[in-house]
Amino acid sequence: MSERLAVKKTYKLYIGGAFPRSESGRSYEVTDARGRFLANAALASRKDARDAVVAARKAVAGWSGATAYNRGQVLYRVAEVMEGRHSQFVDEVAASEGVNRPRAEKLVDEAIDRWVWYAGWSDKIAQVTGSSNPVAGPYFDFSVPEPTGVVAIVAPQESSLLGLVSVLAPAVVGGNTTVVLASEARPLPAITLAEALTTSDVPGGVVNLLTGRTAEVAPWLASHMDVNAIDLTGVAGDDELARSLEIDAAENLKRVVRPPAAEPDWATEPSLNRLTAYLETKTVWHPVGI
Amino acid sequence: MAKLEYAPAPESRAIVDIASSYGLFIGGEFVDPDDGTPFKTVNPATEEVLADVSAAGPQDVDKAVQAARRAYNRVWSKLSGRDRGKYLFRIARIIQERSRELAVLESIDNGKPIRESRDVDVPLVAAHFFYYAGWADKLSYAGFGPDPKPHGVAGQVIPWNFPLLMLAWKIAPALAAGNTVVLKPAETTPLTALLFAEICQQADLPAGVVNIVTGAGETGRALVEHPDVDKVAFTGSTEVGRQIARSIAGTPKKVTLELGGKAANIVLDDAPIDQAVEGIVNGIFFNQGHVCCAGSRLLVQESVADELMTRLKRRLKTLRVGDPLDKNTDIGAINSAEQLARIRELSEVGEAEGAERWSPPCELPDRGFWFPPTVFTGVSQAHRIAREEIFGPVLSVLTFRTPAEAVEKANNTPYGLSAGVWTDKGSRILWMAQQLRAGVVWANTFNRFDPTSPFGGYKESGYGREGGRHGLGAYLKGAA
Repeated sequence: MSERLAVKKTYKLYIGGAFPRSESGRSYEVTDARGRFLANAALASRKDARDAVVAARKAVAGWSGATAYNRGQVLYRVAEVMEGRHSQFVDEVAASEGVNRPRAEKLVDEAIDRWVWYAGWSDKIAQVTGSSNPVAGPYFDFSVPEPTGVVAIVAPQESSLLGLVSVLAPAVVGGNTTVVLASEARPLPAITLAEALTTSDVPGGVVNLLTGRTAEVAPWLASHMDVNAIDLTGVAGDDELARSLEIDAAENLKRVVRPPAAEPDWATEPSLNRLTAYLETKTVWHPVGI
Repeated sequence: MAKLEYAPAPESRAIVDIASSYGLFIGGEFVDPDDGTPFKTVNPATEEVLADVSAAGPQDVDKAVQAARRAYNRVWSKLSGRDRGKYLFRIARIIQERSRELAVLESIDNGKPIRESRDVDVPLVAAHFFYYAGWADKLSYAGFGPDPKPHGVAGQVIPWNFPLLMLAWKIAPALAAGNTVVLKPAETTPLTALLFAEICQQADLPAGVVNIVTGAGETGRALVEHPDVDKVAFTGSTEVGRQIARSIAGTPKKVTLELGGKAANIVLDDAPIDQAVEGIVNGIFFNQGHVCCAGSRLLVQESVADELMTRLKRRLKTLRVGDPLDKNTDIGAINSAEQLARIRELSEVGEAEGAERWSPPCELPDRGFWFPPTVFTGVSQAHRIAREEIFGPVLSVLTFRTPAEAVEKANNTPYGLSAGVWTDKGSRILWMAQQLRAGVVWANTFNRFDPTSPFGGYKESGYGREGGRHGLGAYLKGAA
């Protein structure tokens, strides 16, 4: 009896809750760590990036307006759905990153647990970073964190899943919406993550995912006037590109998360810095009197 | 019956002693510049030259940064938090002791009414030092980790609208966190910063912990771009903020930017109208409108617009424009000829674009830089006076029908520094406060400031906060 012919997956972009191909019609070959063909991924264009920003902007009101409790549950749901696809993620991480199965399993476990960690922050961050301010006068004065808006994320190049989750979850949990440019050479786990997101009650447009050339797409995101913040982690090691993106970002004073010198060990417990990087502080005053 | 006239009530200038020329304050001493050039600072109310001041050149700036670095390495970073705090408490006390002198000098150099420099600026300056003094030995409780570290040398550039207050907002948290500083005051208002340098000497603050380099934009650029500056803090225009953000790209420098604004002050139909009128006046005419968070766009609900405008105009007729040192003065002088030209230009554009211009009858002094309180009605969102920061006593009035429309109009700006809401309904205040994309929302009040209260912008009004625990974080490593 002949072996069953496998049904292979088409890896597409994830924009506004749908999975379109690149409007450019372009794709590029994705190989495993040893150079063997894995799949064709969509090669995102400037237009795709702009469409993704539009989708992200559209999703801001709903997501930032959702209760913190609700956002926390949605993020926890992402962890649940990922757990169900555990072995698929392990396969893809192992192939993409060239690590053995036990190592890949550990990375996937950590990625799932990272969603759980951030999920719990949704309704605590305001209590940790907000304040009631004892002003010298008859006023009630308080400060609360609010999402910055649309965050563009140049995802880590090496850590295709754990690194990606580590930069994505902190932006999303605070109520921001995102446009993520996946690892150029290792984009497949990112697309599979998008499939998990779309079945996890994450509203369409909250996470938008592009695959393609970092040097081609990142400048469009960095210079986009409707993007409020940008994470340059994925250009770690390319100082010239990082500098040029930071200069582009200055045009509308985006909040910039600069790249580290080299990709960090994502397995260590994160600090709050990635979360607070995309939060604004709003201070409200009101007189007290009868 | 004829209205009673006010008798002049001038504050005495005798308390201040302005030198004919000033050097730079570097390493604890006033020194002559190496490659700087002298420039003059004038009293904007009279155009009288007050003193020769030095515009620090690149070498001078370098010397100041080196002095700050030396002080950081040898003294300030080794001092206990408790002792840093005690120096700041000392400074706060001396500011209180010399408050009248500081207020008079501020009004002379800046043009703001003595009533404001005396009752708002200087008390807040002392309060800022007092507040941050208390943080210096409590950094581990601030929520930035168990042992947060300062950045090192901070380069700080401040504007001319609140010269001494902006100095306090910059220097107090920087020193409390353990940084040393080089501060550049604005070129039109250097004198109170130089008096503050003298206060540092009186407080026996270790040499080099605070350095003051006077000058204009070029001096500021040299400071911001100096490779040995670890942290940049800037308050000023969005355009310069952008340049700074570009210039530090690719460096490890940390930056906070407090930039321009075009705040909406929203009056709903159930607002307490008389209080709202006072808030509108305070919102746009406080400090001649030279306020980044000024309520320069009045959004008023259509149903109360006529009544509000009638009462507002009646109130504006009582404002007294004139001698900043007169204790009865409400509106002082425009800070510089350059700023006056900008205000005039935009006001002319407002008329040309079809808005209706109104000012109360008021006599302006013959000499000095003056602009009457001005209101534009019939303003649309497309008008430049509704979009650009005028930074003067000019109010643009727009109307709206529903709260949702008010929010949309309020947020329709690249800026996001502040906003005001006037209504008697609590739930509406909180809803509005949530919807407005601005770093400070004043509800049934406006232009309130306090050292405990974080202040700063959304969007192109900059990033980072000043004031409160948040403001402390801007001067500590590891705090995003």
